[in-house]
Amino acid sequence: MARMKFLCDADRCIECNGCVTACKNEHEVPWGVNRRRVITLDDGQPGEKSISVACMHCSDAPCQAVCPVDCFYTTDDGIVLHDKNLCIGCGYCFYACPFGAPQYPQQSSFGARGKMDKCTFCAGGPEDDMSQAEYEQYGRNRIAEGTLPLCAEMCSTKALIAGDGDEVADIYRERVLRRGGRPQTWGWDTAYEG
Amino acid sequence: MKLKKKQQAERSNATPAPAGLLGEAINRRTFLRNSGITAGGAALAFTGGPSMMKKATAASTSPQAGVETEVIRSVCTHCSVGCGVMAEVQNGVWTGQEPDFDSPINMGAHCAKGASVREHGHGERRLKYPMKLVAGKWTQVSWDEAMGDITDQMMKIREESSPDSVYWLGSAKFNNEQAYLFRKFAAMWGTNNVDHQARICHSTTVAGVANTWGYGAMTNSYNDMQNSKAMFFIGSNAAEAHPVAMQHILKAKENGSKLIVVDPRFTRTAAHADQYVQMRPGTDVPVIWGILWHVFENGWEDKEFIQQRVYGMDQIREEVAKWTPDEVERVSGIPEATLKQAAQTMAENRPGTIVWCMGGTQHTIGNNNTRAYCAMQLALGNMGVSGGGANIFRGHDNVQGATDMCILSHSLPGYFGLSDGAWKHWSGVWGLETDWVRSRFDLDSYEKVKDKDVPTINRPGMPVSRWIDGVLEDPENIAQKDNIRAMVLWGHAPNSQTRLPEMKVAMEKLDLLVVIDPYPTHTAILPDRQDGMYLLPACTQFETSGSVTASNRSLQWRHKVIEPLFESLPDHTIMAKFADKFGFKDQMFKNIAMNGEEPVIEDVTREFNKGMWTIGYTGQSPERIKEHMEHRATFNEVTLKAEGGPLDGEYYGLPWPCWGTPEMKHPGTPNLYDTSKSVADGGLNFRARFGVEHEGTNLLAEGSYSLGAEIEDGYPEFTADMLKQLGWWDDLTDDEKASAEGKNWKTDVSGGIQRVAIEHGCAPFGNAKARAVVWTFPDPVPIHREPLYTPRRDLVADYPTYEDRKSHYRLPTRYASIQADDYSKDYPLIHTSGRLVEYEGGGDESRSNPWLAELQQDMFVEINPADANNIAIKDEQMVWLEGPEGGKIKAKAMVTNRVGRGVVFTPFHFGGHYEGEDMLAKYPEGAAPYVRGDADNTTMTYGYDSVTQMQESKVSLCKITAV
Repeated sequence: MARMKFLCDADRCIECNGCVTACKNEHEVPWGVNRRRVITLDDGQPGEKSISVACMHCSDAPCQAVCPVDCFYTTDDGIVLHDKNLCIGCGYCFYACPFGAPQYPQQSSFGARGKMDKCTFCAGGPEDDMSQAEYEQYGRNRIAEGTLPLCAEMCSTKALIAGDGDEVADIYRERVLRRGGRPQTWGWDTAYEG
Repeated sequence: MKLKKKQQAERSNATPAPAGLLGEAINRRTFLRNSGITAGGAALAFTGGPSMMKKATAASTSPQAGVETEVIRSVCTHCSVGCGVMAEVQNGVWTGQEPDFDSPINMGAHCAKGASVREHGHGERRLKYPMKLVAGKWTQVSWDEAMGDITDQMMKIREESSPDSVYWLGSAKFNNEQAYLFRKFAAMWGTNNVDHQARICHSTTVAGVANTWGYGAMTNSYNDMQNSKAMFFIGSNAAEAHPVAMQHILKAKENGSKLIVVDPRFTRTAAHADQYVQMRPGTDVPVIWGILWHVFENGWEDKEFIQQRVYGMDQIREEVAKWTPDEVERVSGIPEATLKQAAQTMAENRPGTIVWCMGGTQHTIGNNNTRAYCAMQLALGNMGVSGGGANIFRGHDNVQGATDMCILSHSLPGYFGLSDGAWKHWSGVWGLETDWVRSRFDLDSYEKVKDKDVPTINRPGMPVSRWIDGVLEDPENIAQKDNIRAMVLWGHAPNSQTRLPEMKVAMEKLDLLVVIDPYPTHTAILPDRQDGMYLLPACTQFETSGSVTASNRSLQWRHKVIEPLFESLPDHTIMAKFADKFGFKDQMFKNIAMNGEEPVIEDVTREFNKGMWTIGYTGQSPERIKEHMEHRATFNEVTLKAEGGPLDGEYYGLPWPCWGTPEMKHPGTPNLYDTSKSVADGGLNFRARFGVEHEGTNLLAEGSYSLGAEIEDGYPEFTADMLKQLGWWDDLTDDEKASAEGKNWKTDVSGGIQRVAIEHGCAPFGNAKARAVVWTFPDPVPIHREPLYTPRRDLVADYPTYEDRKSHYRLPTRYASIQADDYSKDYPLIHTSGRLVEYEGGGDESRSNPWLAELQQDMFVEINPADANNIAIKDEQMVWLEGPEGGKIKAKAMVTNRVGRGVVFTPFHFGGHYEGEDMLAKYPEGAAPYVRGDADNTTMTYGYDSVTQMQESKVSLCKITAV
C-alpha cells in the first residue's frame, strides 16, 4: 500500500500561496479556516525561506493519541482523517499538533469553537466516498477519484509534492542530485575559496 | 516510546491506491497526465450547448455527486504567463478546477490567483445589473435605458465639442478580438483618444525595444529561460508578479544558471538569487552602464556580434566611459565590487537573459532604461539566441495582445501608426472607403508639425496616463477642440494611475462618466457626484471565448466556461450595442457575422488575420489556435516545439510573427532574431526599420543572416520593386501579383511578398543591425536623469531632467519646473510601489475573491527599521503616508529590512478607501470588494516618460507620521 506524504521543497517555494487558494477552491473552505498555510522564515532578510505547511499525516499522530473521543483514524494509505460527527471541538489536538494544523471555524455563538477541520490530503472523511455528505463536511475526495491533493498538483513551482512517500523521495532526491552539481554549491568555489 | 494508541481505528477507508503522484514536470508530463484528470473519468468536451442552469440559481457552486461533468479548457485571466485552466462544469455551473498538466506553459501549475479563478464563476461581489447614479444613489436600470441615456449624451457632446471629447479607455483584459474591435470602434467614433493599460505598464519597453531592433515584445519565452546560463532581473519581482514563470527560472537555476536580481527591494525573487544587488530607485541607467563599464574595461563584449549586428555601440561606449565605478556608486549606491561581480557573471555565463518589468519602465526616463537594458544584451552578444534575449515579462493576461491590436492613442492595429497610409490600409481591410472613415473625425488641425497643419486623425490622442489633464487643462493649451467631457473606463482600475486627488476632481468635472466592468471598481467610489454616472456589467473572459496572447507572443484560445452571470454581457456585444446606437454598426461589422446581438468572435480573428502583416498576426487562424489548444500535450516544455502529432514542428500558440496566410502554415517564431534557424522554421534577424544608412553609416547587417537566406548579407525590407530587382517577382501567383503591385510586405494583403521572401530564406522585414542609438528620441544615447521628485538634490545639476514641453500627445508636459523645487526636506523618504502575489492591478477583481482577499487584508507600507526608529514608528502601527502633491493615505507599517534605508514600498492593489476613510457606502449594494484600503497612487505624483507618457510610479517622495 502507498504511504502518502507531503514534501515542500524550500528551494523551490516562492510563497505564492497557490496551494492555499487551491485548497480553498477545491473544498470551499470558509474564510478563517486555513487547512494549508505558507510560512516564511527570515522574512525580508538574506536567507529568506518559505515552506507550505498543512497536516503532515503523521505515522504516529499526536492528535490521534490525545483525542478524548477518538475521532481520528488512519487510512490504509497513511492519511490521517477524522470524524466530525464525533469531534467535540475541544482543541486538545491543537495542543498536540506540532504544525498548527487543526483549525476551528468561527460559529455564530460567541466564543464557541466549532468542529475541528484540517487537511484531509484530499481524501474526505468517513462518509461514503464522493458522496454529498462527505463533500459538505470534509470537501472533495480526490484520492477516491484517483487524483492527488490539489495544493500539490497546482503548486506554481512544483515545490510542494504529494503522493506515495517513496516516489516523493525519488523526485526530491533527483533534484538534490541535480542541484548538488552546481559549482557554486560544492564545486571548486566552495572547496577552494570558502 | 510510541505515542500511538492501542486500539487502531478500524473504519479506515478502502481508498484505492492513487494512480500517481505529483512532482517535477521534467520528463514526467505523460505520467502526470495519467495520474490526473483522465483517471478521474471526466468527460472532455469543448462544445455542446451549456445547460441553462446558471446565474443566480448557482446557490450551490460545489460539485454534485452523480451529475455529468464537462471539462472546458481556458486560460488564466490574471498575468501574462498564460497558464492553462481546466474548468469542470455541471449544468452550466463552474463546480471544479483541475490542473492543466498538458499545457507546456504551466504544466498544471498555478499561483494563488490562478488557483482561485473558479470564483469568477460565482461572482458574489460582481456588478450585477446596469446602474445609474440618481441623486447620489445607485439605481438599477435596464440595459436599454442605460445605453439610451449614455449614447444620447455622447452624441450631444460630439456635436457641441467634437468626437475627441469622448475618451474610450479600453483594457488589457479584452481578448484579442475585443481589443481589435475596440480600436476599430474608436476609429469609427472618430477619435484617437483611445488607450489602455499598456501605456502605464510597458509603453516605454515597446517604444524603446521596437526602436532598437524592430519589435517591442519579449524576444524569447518563459520556457526558453531553461536554456539560460545567467538570468539578470532588474525591476522585476517574478515570484509575486509572474509566479509560474518561476518554475522555468528555478529549473534553469537548478541546471546551473546564475540568477542576479537588481532591485531597490529584497523581493521574494531576490530571496532565490545567487546575487542580490540593491539600488536606489530610478538609477537603472547608471547601474547598467556601471556593468558595461566593467564589460568594456575587460574586453568582455562580443566584438563579432557588435560588428555584424549593432549600430552605434561606439557612442554607447563613450557614455559608459563616464560611468566609472566611483560615479556609479555615488549615484546608485552600489559598490564597485558588487557590479563587477555581476558583470563577470554575465560575461562568463552566456547566453544570459535579461528580465525587466515595471521597476524599469515606470519612470520619466523609462525609454532610456529599456534601451540601456537592450544595449547591455547587444554588447554581450546575447540577442537572437536561445537562452538569451530580452525577456520582458508583460503584466496582464492579454496586455501583449491588446498592445499588438493597438488600443493605443498613437497607432492602428499592428503598429501601423496614424499616417494616411495606415488609414488606407485598415480601411481597405474593413472594406470601407477611407474618406468615410476620415469623415468620422474632427478634421481641423490644432497643432502644426514641421509647420504643417495636421488633422486630429493623424495625431496621437491623449494617453491614458494623462486623461485627467485632458479634463482639467485649459482648453487653450490642448491640441484638440475641447476638453474631454465624457469618460468611458472599460476594464480599467483608476487606482493603478498616479495623482488620484486630481483624478477625483476630473471625475467630478466630467459631464458623463461610464464604467464598463465586471466590478464597480474604485471609480464607483472616488468622485463625489450626484448624477451623470453609469456602471455597466461586463462579463469576465471565462464567460466568453476568444484568443489571448501570452507574454511570449503565443496565442491561446479560451473556450467559454459558463454563460455570462447576472445581466452581464461580453465586451464585444456591448461594443456592438454602442455601434448600433451610433449608427455605424453596418460599417463596423461588414465582414463579421452576428449571432443575435453578439458578433461572431472567429470572424473577428479572421478579419485581423487579413491586416496584421507587420507583426505576423496573419497565420494564426481561429482553427489553428484551437488546434494548438487541443494538442498542447505534444509540445516540448523547453523549446515549445511540437514533437510528433498533427502539429509536428510548429511552436506552441504560433508565437508571432507567424508569417503569411494560415494556409502557408508558418510554425511561429519562438525566439526573435535567431539566425540559427531559417525564417520558415521560426528564425529571424534584426528588422530593417530605420532605413539603410544613417549619416553615411550602413544600418544593414554585415555578414550575418538567418540560416539558408539566399541574400547572404544585410538587406532592406521587401517591396514589390525589390522582388522585381531580385528576379523573384514571377514566384508570385497571378492573384498575388495583382495584390502586391506597388505594395510592400506590410501592405500586400495577399501575403505573397512575405511568402516569396520566406521561400528564399529571407525575413520579409529585411535584415539590419540593431541600433543602440535611437536618433529620433530626446536622448539618442540613453542617459541618466534624476527623477522629478528626488532626494538627491546634489545630483540635479549633473543629471537634470528635461525642459518642460508645450505639447506632447496633445498636452503640455512638465519636467524641469517640477524638479526645480526641493521637496526632500519635508518629504525625506523615497516612495516606490509594486505588486503582491494575491492581487492584480487595481485589485477590484482579486480583492472581491474571498479566497484571495483573506490572505492580504491590510494596506501596508514597508519601512526600514532605521527609518521607523527615526520617526518612532512601531511594526503594525497605523501611519499616514503623505506625498509632496498633498495626497495622503493611511496604512499599516511593516517594519522590515526588505527595503533599504530611506526607501518605503507600498503595494498598488488597494482601493475602496480615500485618504483614510472607507467608502463602503458609495458602492452599489453587495458589490464592494471584501478587502478595501487606501490606494497608494493617492500619493504618487506627476511625472511622464519623454517618449510615451508612461507615468512615474516607481520614484516619488513621501513623509510618514503616526496616525
